[in-house]
Amino acid sequence: MLRIEQLTLELPYYPRWWQRRFATHLDQLSFSAAAGSLHAVVGASGAGKSLLAHTIMGLLPANARLSGQCFYQETLLDAKRQRHLRGRHMALIPQSLNALDPLVRTQRQVSWAANRSGLAHKAAWQAAGQALNHYQLDDRAGRAYPHELSGGMARRVLTAMAHAGQASLIIADEPTVGLDPVQRDRVLSALRSLAHQGKLVILITHDLRHALPIADHVTIMHQGRSVETAPASAFTGMGETLKSAYAQTLWQALPDNAFSASEIIHKKEESVA
Amino acid sequence: MRLGLAIARRLLRLGLVLLCVAAVSFSLMMASPVDPVDAYLGPQMAQVSPEQRELIAQRWGFNDPAPLQFGRWLQQLASGNLGFSHVYNQPVGDVISQRFQRSIALLGSAWLLSILLGFTLGIIAGAKEHSPLDKMISTYAYITASTPTFWLAILSIMFFSVYLGWAPVCCAGPTGVLSSETGLLTRAHHLALPVVTLTLLGTASITLHTRTRMLALMRSEIATHAFAQGASRLDIAWRHGVRHASLPALTLALASLGELFGGSILIEQVFAYPGLGRATVEAGLRSDVPLLLGIALFTAVFVCSGNMLADSLYHLIDPRMRRKYA
Amino acid sequence: MRTIQPHLQAIAYASIAALALLALLSSHWWAGELAGQMQFDARLLPPSTAHWLGTDALGRELWARTLAGLGLSFWVGCLAALLGTAIALSLAILAMLSPRLDALVQLLIDTLLSVPHLILLLLIAFALGGGLHAVIIAVATTHWPSLARVLRAELLQLRQAPYIGISRALGKSQGFIVLHHFLPHALPHCLVGALLLFPHAILHEAALTFLGVGLSPSQPAIGILLADAMRYLSGGYWWLGVFPGLGLLLMVLSIERTATLLRRALSP
Repeated sequence: MLRIEQLTLELPYYPRWWQRRFATHLDQLSFSAAAGSLHAVVGASGAGKSLLAHTIMGLLPANARLSGQCFYQETLLDAKRQRHLRGRHMALIPQSLNALDPLVRTQRQVSWAANRSGLAHKAAWQAAGQALNHYQLDDRAGRAYPHELSGGMARRVLTAMAHAGQASLIIADEPTVGLDPVQRDRVLSALRSLAHQGKLVILITHDLRHALPIADHVTIMHQGRSVETAPASAFTGMGETLKSAYAQTLWQALPDNAFSASEIIHKKEESVA
Repeated sequence: MRLGLAIARRLLRLGLVLLCVAAVSFSLMMASPVDPVDAYLGPQMAQVSPEQRELIAQRWGFNDPAPLQFGRWLQQLASGNLGFSHVYNQPVGDVISQRFQRSIALLGSAWLLSILLGFTLGIIAGAKEHSPLDKMISTYAYITASTPTFWLAILSIMFFSVYLGWAPVCCAGPTGVLSSETGLLTRAHHLALPVVTLTLLGTASITLHTRTRMLALMRSEIATHAFAQGASRLDIAWRHGVRHASLPALTLALASLGELFGGSILIEQVFAYPGLGRATVEAGLRSDVPLLLGIALFTAVFVCSGNMLADSLYHLIDPRMRRKYA
Repeated sequence: MRTIQPHLQAIAYASIAALALLALLSSHWWAGELAGQMQFDARLLPPSTAHWLGTDALGRELWARTLAGLGLSFWVGCLAALLGTAIALSLAILAMLSPRLDALVQLLIDTLLSVPHLILLLLIAFALGGGLHAVIIAVATTHWPSLARVLRAELLQLRQAPYIGISRALGKSQGFIVLHHFLPHALPHCLVGALLLFPHAILHEAALTFLGVGLSPSQPAIGILLADAMRYLSGGYWWLGVFPGLGLLLMVLSIERTATLLRRALSP
């Protein structure tokens, strides 16, 4: 359903005010994901994960340099199509809670999202109510302003906004940051159930641990490159089936895994050598 | 309870500031080289002998030390007596209230119009940075912000009144007709050009301010999120922009009442519109000390209340601040 | 492209401003005499090749008078802006010395800001009896509060900085801290502040003069020229009103743009 081929993204920066250079943020990135699945994109901060989300959605600044292609449902995803699909077919759950407008009550914001996806005003309002209900947000939360919501509630509002438009591709950018374990599991299982409904969910996260239980496939990113795309089931034992050393190290470095730190360091030295 | 306390503190501060305004303007008047007896007599000063002058000075205490005179003036002020204006041969209170009634039509309509126009232009310009519309509006705003008020007034008279003959050249009504007999339409006709001129000048700052707000919003995560939902720039400007920019625009408009008043002085002078601004200039040119003091105090009250409202507006309206007082 | 543009713009504005400045500053020598010279057979003539911007009721060349007026405005604005900045800086530093002084300065700022500028200008010009020095002092006194507010906030922040505390703990005197820490920090703000005050100062000088309480009518100030033009308004002598004001607008605009772009360049 979504196929990304050799995607390279460069953004300008200004070392001095008369000088402009380009920095590479995505480097020949490729992977593909099918409908009805949850595809996790995992990488350290600065690996270009959020930019990948913005690239797919077509939200990059005008001075960005882009090469490579994205295909959505086997058709090339160009700027015009992105504009057409945004909100209707593709939705983004943004990373920051600042994405909520602080001056607008919750249900109104959700209904705007529904309205932008093509619903008429009245239908959008109802859809917003349903979406909020679906994520266990009551009327009081619907009437609240964003600063009155807890972090977990605000996350669920963002999810409800992506849900209200009935999009079939949902990109969730670090949806669990700053949440306690209970809230986090709630948000993650909500994403999983979206995939069960036949949508494609791209989960962008820095934490492999949280992604693995719910993901079907995992793409490991490092410095703008896709190091490896593997099924979630490959992350077992020592991770022998993983092809790249970086993915193996990442897997073994998880605190739950019973590998001593010295072994990891040893492995790293090996890979460096 | 906290709200009450905050209001009380604000009012106290307002009183202190007004007292200072009174002190500063009074000492400025005392420092003036104009002889207070001459100022008191106005045009009759030639008819008075030196002995009579001495009598006048004694009666009004012009020879007393300045603090004593100031105290006396304050006492009068407290009893509601602002003194007597020799330029208009009326008590100062009456002059101010009559003149202000005429000025408020000019000030009020220019204020409202400049908010509306400035806000709309700012939203349109800020919705799409670097678009041709944005460039046009910004250029217009930069130019009007640097335009001398009275020059624009002179230009508009030259073009609309003299060349096209659409509007009257001066005053608040036709000459030779009592102001009570002028109809509403005639008044509006005389008011139109001054209002338009004052509006054009007041618009610039609000436009630029609103535009800056909009540019910040368009770069914010709120806008990116809205774009991700498939919103167009117009949609974002209308739904999010108006909410985010209206309070700052209103605050700015309230906080710049002093500038508006300054503009109205110049415009009333050019159009010979008999409002408070023209009275100020007359008082300054013809050494009408009580009137000058009265106007300074009155406008200070006017400006201070504007500033106070501007300060409280956020607390009253912005949902993020409102809760703190509840 | 986008981030380069403002700087090119700044350079463009600055060079226009510099050129105009050169013309203005030298105008005293090559237009000063002409500005007062009457031509009795050339009264109220429209612009032509012989009289570039036309002549006034006494047959004086309008272009010479406009240039001389702009030069005058420039000097008045310059002095007033410098004086205003000096007042703002000294009061802002004074406010740092003790909380009581700070409260006093704050009250003074609030007081001066609560009277409309033009009325305060009228009061001060009235108190000083009009004339060149009165205008300069009046404009300076009315314009320092807004700059002082900015500087005070800047210095307040600076006072909280750790290195000021260290300096104090090392036993450095109040004067040393002011001289070595406060002043160098405040100076760039002052420069931009002065440049931003400048156009306001010019506009207010012209307004005061126009109202008749500023410079004397014998001087070819822009305010005087425009007040003069008011008298010939209904006669269709448009050039008397258009050109002096246009000159003033261009001067103020170029200074204002330079100042704004300079501020943007200085603060990333």
